[in-house]
Amino acid sequence: MSEADWPLFEVFIRSRSGLEHKHVGSVHAADARMAIEHARDVYTRRQEGVSLWVVRSADIVASDPEEADALFEPARDKVYRHPTFYAIPEEVKNL
Amino acid sequence: MYTQALDIHGKDPAASAEAGSQGARFQTRIDQEEKIEPKDWMPEAYRQTLIRQISQHAHSEIVGMLPEGNWISRAPTLKRKAVLIAKVQDEGGHGMYLYSAAETLGMSRAQMLEQLLSGAAKYSSIFNYPTLTWADIGAIGWLVDGAAIMNQIPICRCSYGPYARAMVRICKEESFHQRQGFEIMLTLTQGTHEQRAMAQDALNRWWWPSLMMFGPSDAESKHSAQSMRWKIKRFSNDELRQKFIDITVPQAHFLGLTIPDDELHWDEATQHYRVGSIDWSEFQAVLKGNGPCNRERLEARQRAHDAGRWVREAAAAHAARSRRDTAAQVAGEAA
Repeated sequence: MSEADWPLFEVFIRSRSGLEHKHVGSVHAADARMAIEHARDVYTRRQEGVSLWVVRSADIVASDPEEADALFEPARDKVYRHPTFYAIPEEVKNL
Repeated sequence: MYTQALDIHGKDPAASAEAGSQGARFQTRIDQEEKIEPKDWMPEAYRQTLIRQISQHAHSEIVGMLPEGNWISRAPTLKRKAVLIAKVQDEGGHGMYLYSAAETLGMSRAQMLEQLLSGAAKYSSIFNYPTLTWADIGAIGWLVDGAAIMNQIPICRCSYGPYARAMVRICKEESFHQRQGFEIMLTLTQGTHEQRAMAQDALNRWWWPSLMMFGPSDAESKHSAQSMRWKIKRFSNDELRQKFIDITVPQAHFLGLTIPDDELHWDEATQHYRVGSIDWSEFQAVLKGNGPCNRERLEARQRAHDAGRWVREAAAAHAARSRRDTAAQVAGEAA
């Protein structure tokens, strides 16, 4: 019979200061402290990071891919939100 | 270290691939080189094929630590020892990346481990061969990791996102594995007569099993076509094997070693090296559990699992107590 798995934690790494934390994978651990240690061993053997975040996978709420259109489609026809939408004469500078 | 194109499917995935508009839409996404992510709809057969392949790949990394771990305590210098520890640690890490990718498809880590220990799951045949001398550590890095890289680079473009991303990470780390192996071989071949003989002996024993790592020939590989349609696989077993042969033979020549194959020759017309026929009965025997070290490998995994049980239990108990303490503290502050 198999033992139950330890909880799953998602791992995020800040690769150097000034950059955002980025998702890299997951580890199992008995608690958050151990998750940090496992994440260190598994994901930063070559100085990949200066900071780690771990968060219980069960605590992440994700959008449903089936609803992607409903969520993101409304932004598709709003090209006027981009600077290239506006025609400015060549001779006008610094705009 | 690597996956083997074992093609052991429970059933013909093509036959059970869902028909209909959802299936067609899925194939269109694949054809357009879109990545499939964990929560996306996917045909059950695609899911099962990936679970099998990724978990086999993970098991191979984990079992792959054993033949090399065998030499950590006897590495000839402190430098070699540090390098070998780092390599074995990488293989463990690769196993973890891959288990983590397989879990996104809905199989638990505990289930995968159970399948490995019970013998229900396969792992690469190569790790059932013994590491008899130090030169074997060189040969494994050079040939086994070399074959692994050849196999794995195309998987970086696999249609399933988490597998592809794990593969990118693994391939980045794998290159040092192969180079340190070649360097061991180079040092031995520049050494004494005995050291050269040891290097040749290692090549003699690892050459054919390395060629078998690419899996059965295309004619025998009946599920390859579906894996190619799904873009899990990009090149056939024979294509990858040929690439490996073409780059490795000149490396052996550089080392002054002889490939153990009387029929090996350069074919001017096709611009490829041609090898003699592979003994597939040996491959099948190793896969069925009758290789030189199959039993030993699984026993070692089982022993490690059993010996670590008290640590897992203690950690779980500690975590449970900390949770209780925190809850009591919160309740006390609230009161």
